[in-house]
Amino acid sequence: MSAFDWITQLLYVAAATCFVLGLHLMNSPATARRGNQVSTAGMILAVATTLALVAHAGTVTTTGWIVMLAGTLVGSGAGLYAARTVEMTAMPQLVSIFNAVGGGAAALVGIDDYVRLASGGIAESTTVFTILDVLIGAVTFSGSIIAAGKLQGLIDGSPITFPGSRAVNVAAAVIAVGGGIYMIATPSVVVLVIIILAALLFGVTMVLPIGGADMPVVISLLNAFTGTAVAMAGFVIGNWALIIAGALVGASGGILTKLMADAMNRSIRNIIVGGFGTGDSAPAVEGPGGDVRSIQADDAAIQLAYAQKVIIVPGYGLAAAQAQHQVAELASVLEERGVEVSYAIHPVAGRMPGHMNVLLAEANVPYPQLKEMDEINPEFPRTDVALVIGANDVTNPAARRPGNPVSGMPILDVDHAKSIIVIKRSMGHGYAGIDNELYVNPKTSMFFSDAKSALTELTAAVKTLVS
Amino acid sequence: MTTVLLTDITIFVLALLVGFEVISKVPATLHTPLMSAANSIHGIVLAGAMLIAVTAHDALGYILAFVAAAFAAMNVVGGYVVTGRMLKMFRRSRTPVADATAPAAVSGNGQAPAAGQRGGQS
Repeated sequence: MSAFDWITQLLYVAAATCFVLGLHLMNSPATARRGNQVSTAGMILAVATTLALVAHAGTVTTTGWIVMLAGTLVGSGAGLYAARTVEMTAMPQLVSIFNAVGGGAAALVGIDDYVRLASGGIAESTTVFTILDVLIGAVTFSGSIIAAGKLQGLIDGSPITFPGSRAVNVAAAVIAVGGGIYMIATPSVVVLVIIILAALLFGVTMVLPIGGADMPVVISLLNAFTGTAVAMAGFVIGNWALIIAGALVGASGGILTKLMADAMNRSIRNIIVGGFGTGDSAPAVEGPGGDVRSIQADDAAIQLAYAQKVIIVPGYGLAAAQAQHQVAELASVLEERGVEVSYAIHPVAGRMPGHMNVLLAEANVPYPQLKEMDEINPEFPRTDVALVIGANDVTNPAARRPGNPVSGMPILDVDHAKSIIVIKRSMGHGYAGIDNELYVNPKTSMFFSDAKSALTELTAAVKTLVS
Repeated sequence: MTTVLLTDITIFVLALLVGFEVISKVPATLHTPLMSAANSIHGIVLAGAMLIAVTAHDALGYILAFVAAAFAAMNVVGGYVVTGRMLKMFRRSRTPVADATAPAAVSGNGQAPAAGQRGGQS
């Protein structure tokens, strides 16, 4: 090992240390920004080191330099533009696109390596990791693009199945894995192309049947896939920085996938093979048995304005209606009257893990007001009004009983509050497809409206009470 | 199995464990920025994409190098910028003094994000 190799390897270790420290600083909102800066510094170091490595190799043609720099510039420009202009509600799509390009780049690294070495003999171990890299990267690429399309509404958000879709999915998996095993014995570029196509098809048929409400799990899972693909790319080119960074992301995606699946009380397998769960459409089906009390803006405003403690429970409906600014305004008007306001955030509120927190942060809601489920649940009994906005299954008391689709799902104890106001467009079901017993609770009043206009009306009504 | 490969696998497993340890402590509030930050970190594949250029000598090599570099650069630049943008929005308080337990009877004009409060978290 030459002195140059030593130095570059140590610099890569320093970069990896920055990544770990950066993630560690994400443990608190107060230090998270510094964490991102530390992580950025690590990345700049890693890229600079690689640049030195590339220059040191001395084999790069002029065209090679131009191609590399042009690609980097084009990509950076696109990334910068997307990051600067994206709406916070569209964050899940953007993360999905970044997953796609990250996975795609990892696959390309593997493909290049294989094609280059295919003529000569390849060490068996390299082939295994190359194939894993290419397969996982390709699945992530196509799967993430489909997920982003669904989130953006370009592709129908509801589960899409066609006759034989399951068979196509299984066949694609068998061809990809079978071809991969064949390639270990007999190097073949033709087979490589076949397994890439099969993996791309698998990614598409894996995500298409998954419904909008399950997107938090899918994005987390694809994030874990990307990380793993990058780590595999690290094995292929023998670069520790890639292995470490990829493993970190794989771990992160894995944890989030597990958290999201637990919060929905569904196994990951069930979500991937299940293919139910709409969420985007809330069809007005027959109402539950029992009386539903409906309420108008004025009465709801009086209840809220004369309460001491109000807990707001925002859900998917709030994110879909993009009403985060309206809810923040209502909260600030109530606070001016001396009402204590906090937010109860269920882990799967929004369209990706923690999405609701970002939306509310954007609307200038201080983060100490955003309470996690375990933290806020004991507070409901001493809450005067729980205001549920576009959240359904996560508030259904039926989850505490066995024998129904939401049984065992962790819920917010909204029914323990002294009174409950639910803002909802209709009596439609959540994605679990069952009646919400909360709505027929005698303490509950239903405010049938779109989240945005309901909150605007409520805020106006509370303001007239003030003056 | 070579020693190099064994070292690589060891590093991979240990990094995975470090990842689990560090990330399981991240609060739910920060899960979206966390995922976005993790996203930027896997942009390290840019290093791999750049190394393709070392051996690229034909059209296929150049195309692969270009596309891989563009993908990875988009990932890494976009990821860090958007994570920073998100984290900038997380504020401890709307007004300078805020006690989560006491009713905030003071004025809480939260609509316009005042420039003075913006720097609070940096």
